[in-house]
Amino acid sequence: MSIWLARLAIDRWRRAEGLRAGEGADAAPHALISETAHGPRITATNAAAQQAGVQPGTMLADARALCPALVVALADPAGDRAALEALALWAQRWGPWSALDLPDGLVIDVTGVAHLFGGEAGLIADAAESLARRGFAARLAIAPTAGAAWALSHYGPEGAILHPGDSLDELPAAALRLDPATVLVLRRLGLKRIGDLSGVARDALARRFRNHKAPAANPLVRLDQLLGLVPEPLLPVLPVDVPLVQRRLMEPIRHRSLLDQVLADLCADLVRVLEGRALGARRLELALWKVDGEVLQRRLELAAASRDPAHIAALFGRKLDDLDAGFGIELARLRAPWTEPLPLSQRDFEAAAETHGTSLAACIDRLVIRLGPDAVRRPVPRASHVPERAQRWAPPLESASASQGDLPFHARPLKLLDRAEPIAVLYASPDGLPRRFRWRGQVHEIARAEGPERIAPEWWRERSTVRLRDYYRIEDGEGRRYWIYRAGLPDDGRGGIPEWFLQGLCA
Amino acid sequence: MTAAFPAAAYPLPAALAPAAGGATHVELFGGAQDCAAPALALALANERAAAGDERPWLWVQDRAALRLTGRPYRPGLPRALRHRLIHVAVTTPEDALFALEEGLRCRDLAFVVGEIAGNPLALSLTAQRRLSLAAEKHGVPLWLVRVGAERDLSSARQRWALRPAPSHPPRWNPQAPGTAAWHAELFRARNHPPGEWILRDDGDSLTAAQPHQSPYHVDLAGTAGDRPLAAG
Repeated sequence: MSIWLARLAIDRWRRAEGLRAGEGADAAPHALISETAHGPRITATNAAAQQAGVQPGTMLADARALCPALVVALADPAGDRAALEALALWAQRWGPWSALDLPDGLVIDVTGVAHLFGGEAGLIADAAESLARRGFAARLAIAPTAGAAWALSHYGPEGAILHPGDSLDELPAAALRLDPATVLVLRRLGLKRIGDLSGVARDALARRFRNHKAPAANPLVRLDQLLGLVPEPLLPVLPVDVPLVQRRLMEPIRHRSLLDQVLADLCADLVRVLEGRALGARRLELALWKVDGEVLQRRLELAAASRDPAHIAALFGRKLDDLDAGFGIELARLRAPWTEPLPLSQRDFEAAAETHGTSLAACIDRLVIRLGPDAVRRPVPRASHVPERAQRWAPPLESASASQGDLPFHARPLKLLDRAEPIAVLYASPDGLPRRFRWRGQVHEIARAEGPERIAPEWWRERSTVRLRDYYRIEDGEGRRYWIYRAGLPDDGRGGIPEWFLQGLCA
Repeated sequence: MTAAFPAAAYPLPAALAPAAGGATHVELFGGAQDCAAPALALALANERAAAGDERPWLWVQDRAALRLTGRPYRPGLPRALRHRLIHVAVTTPEDALFALEEGLRCRDLAFVVGEIAGNPLALSLTAQRRLSLAAEKHGVPLWLVRVGAERDLSSARQRWALRPAPSHPPRWNPQAPGTAAWHAELFRARNHPPGEWILRDDGDSLTAAQPHQSPYHVDLAGTAGDRPLAAG
């Protein structure tokens, strides 16, 4: 079933003003405007304004010329969207799930539901009456596919029901949910009705619209969706209930010790709520209302789903050190906007943390809270043969993705400098390897070397002027082992004399 | 051609055997231009690890140590350890001590490696004692690497000074650097006399040699092999 709330914005305005249709301020021409770069533009009008000739989409100045008595108010698209979402949940009384059809429509799955309302006609009558009672002008239609229901609700007769064998050929081409540009193209081709499309060879249409991948720009995709030949996934609206606990305080509190007690109570309450739903919190938000009207917010993310009140309270405690209570805090609220399923488990019978240590997730949480999320990471391999790019730093508890194993004959250094440091070559041997070089003010004599291992730049990632590298594993006279490379070749035409860099320290 | 290795490896010093409790606080002093100390720590940790131990391990570096000797590079880490590393990069030695202690109190970690450069004030005898007690209480070994530091007061159960040693030439390419070798000096230990060793990691196990019987002489004799010396 498709519901088109044809005058959603005006109906909401009228309800906010407390008016009925056609009386009070609604009897005079009225319009909703939005500010654009070129001045105010009309987005919705009431019946009286439409009779006066004011069209949605015109500039306010032009409309004023037509109808000098026009009264305007600001449009509220975000409020319309929120109202539509609330209506989508409310509309689930007629079917198990509903989806938004932005900007002003709803789609409800009524498969196998109609008999509860005495047939499809009864269902439509019930929905129309309920919506009219809430003050919304609505057009409804029931059809086997969402596309057909949309077409009938927007362009078909009032309360249309599509039975098997009925044809939609007489509806205009715009009923295919196409964008205006595509409708214009179709009209210039002489295809004004849906039936006209079936008169044209499918190959010709496919060729004409072969570059139009979006469904709203391709009439063939829309036609197939309307006929149910291709699936059309819809995103259902699901109510989310965020676990939330709060404490109103009889006396505003100003001291940290009392706040810690309140926080511990809140955590215990929240954990009880989470336990009842077998959930664990990943993100937590603490809001503290001060007497002087300010709200203090602290938020926290956990490395793994947790339901340990002491742990959560300790993590928040670190974040409350810089709190300014002012004249006092009168309301504290804790919510968990992100939760993950966490099955109930048996409590540790022993005095756990003191004698047996903390769990890994708790340890990571503490490190991340004090040091920041970028400080605690895990190296994971990445598909690249440029050494510094062959590893990527990932969050510590993220599961590793599958990757190709590295080759055992590639000897790699134990540690890599963040930025390869240039070394000054003091004496080069004829084969190109320096015999002696200076690094960080100290002269190193190369006693033994292995190489070169040539690593070409990744042309699909880097600019064409990046030079190749010849890597050498070397050992100096005192036994220190390094990984050095020469950037470029003398005659590669990508710069001057090649420079030498030290990139890694071997074990 | 005979093997370049000395025929009979010196037995590993008893100081390198795992402690009775399994957990120790070992301090390794290394230079600022090499990474012999963390390499030996990883080699020892790898050798002591029980087979099938898949617990992660922690490597904490402060900013100065990170700038001097670089970041761990996964493809170069020991094969059994590389996929379990959790790296913590901190700015100050105080944060490094906090991270080390948190790591030592975590039962799910196999061991903890700390790397702190120089002699910061925060790393006092008290702080060292806290680390020793945490390591022994929770049974998590701690390898504390000191980068370019003086030998100050400490409560570590073993204190080593490490520097790289020339490696054995590999058998098939004598011009190339061989497997890692370190000159290790144990200058203070709870229940072991001090001593000096040359430690080598020959791929899957550690071997030890006395430093005064220099590997060079053995190697030179070995590379000549059974050819006549006049043949070059």
